[in-house]
Amino acid sequence: MSVFTLPQSSKEKALLAELSDLVDLHRSRCEPYRRILAASGFRSASDISELPWLPVRLFKTLELKSIPDDEVFKVLTSSGTTGEVSRIYLDKAAAATQTRQLGATLQTVLGPKRLPMLIVDTKSILKDRRSFSARGAGVLGMATFGRDHVWALDNDGAVDLDGIRGFLAKHGDQPFLIFGFTYLVWLHLYEIAREHGLDLGNGILIHSGGWKKLVDQAVSPEEFRNRLAAVGLTRIHNFYGMVEQIGTIFLEGPSGGSLYCPDFADVVVRDPETWAELPPGEPGLLEVVSTLPTSYPGHVLLTEDLGVVHGIDDGDWPGKRFSVLGRLPRAEARGCSDTYRSADS
Amino acid sequence: MTELQRLREAFRTALDLPADEPVDDLRYQDNEKWDSLAHMSLVAAIEDEFSVMIDTDDVINMSSFAEAVRILGKYGVDVK
Repeated sequence: MSVFTLPQSSKEKALLAELSDLVDLHRSRCEPYRRILAASGFRSASDISELPWLPVRLFKTLELKSIPDDEVFKVLTSSGTTGEVSRIYLDKAAAATQTRQLGATLQTVLGPKRLPMLIVDTKSILKDRRSFSARGAGVLGMATFGRDHVWALDNDGAVDLDGIRGFLAKHGDQPFLIFGFTYLVWLHLYEIAREHGLDLGNGILIHSGGWKKLVDQAVSPEEFRNRLAAVGLTRIHNFYGMVEQIGTIFLEGPSGGSLYCPDFADVVVRDPETWAELPPGEPGLLEVVSTLPTSYPGHVLLTEDLGVVHGIDDGDWPGKRFSVLGRLPRAEARGCSDTYRSADS
Repeated sequence: MTELQRLREAFRTALDLPADEPVDDLRYQDNEKWDSLAHMSLVAAIEDEFSVMIDTDDVINMSSFAEAVRILGKYGVDVK
């Protein structure tokens, strides 16, 4: 039951119709969105790239929702370093859909069974259960796909080597799930596995959270994969997603090096000067589209990230395959892993 | 204890509800104690209680007490 099935031409046809309907729906239910659309002069789109986008930053300054107050079931907030946070409003239907589609996406690589799960993080991120950090929410969202959860870091953020060893002794001979933010995986799992000869050969690693800190240490995505392969971890899937399009993640394929769009989502790369769509091979600003946002107008978002499409219908799965290259230089740093503080800092 | 009583007990323990609280009509989206963290505790409690391993889709779909009864049926546990 993969959600990576549609070749680009069929996907664009299906998405254009659904996204155009969402434009109409949000226009009629979200007044700020209606005003933005009116100002833009938008009438209709004959191509996904012609759909009107919202800068993702707008969710920090405007209350963008398409449901009445009494139908708001959950308000999600993003992490931010300047104190500004995005507010994303979900009704019950949207909350259920996002969980289900995230599940369908991840089951493509994890299968239908919940796997024993090693979380490369500390339980203390869930301490305040009324208000999780974005990192806590991410871990919790992923916990659904695991069982017998073990935290790789103790409450002070230090590696719990005995805990990891215990997990591997119990579950290491069958497939297991490892989840963590990219930087934490590198710092706390890779280094430890190498140093202590831990066997991660049956692990499937799902990781996210930006490369900035690794690039600072001169670790490229390719080197990340190669070095982890050296400790036996070959099934690795990075993903890219944001709270402003909750439930939609772009997942790295089995061969590595490219992110793929699930059937209900796509990306457009734009020239940051002219906003024109750029062809494969040319880096630009990433726009993400998804049919999941029904309770807020997050269906077409211009991110602050740079990306490049590598190819179309020529990889592990159909559709566009792309990479995220980093943040647009002037943009505010707002990655989830930025909230991480090691115990001694 | 009957299967029904055991399931009620698992719900009350995982969701931290009083011993006499009726749970048969509970729904995930309507009870504030049944949040995503409690959901994981609940699934673990049900798995332990009935010695089953629940698949991902069923974890996602277990959105009410009634749904938990139906899902357990798939795993050969007849809750009544």
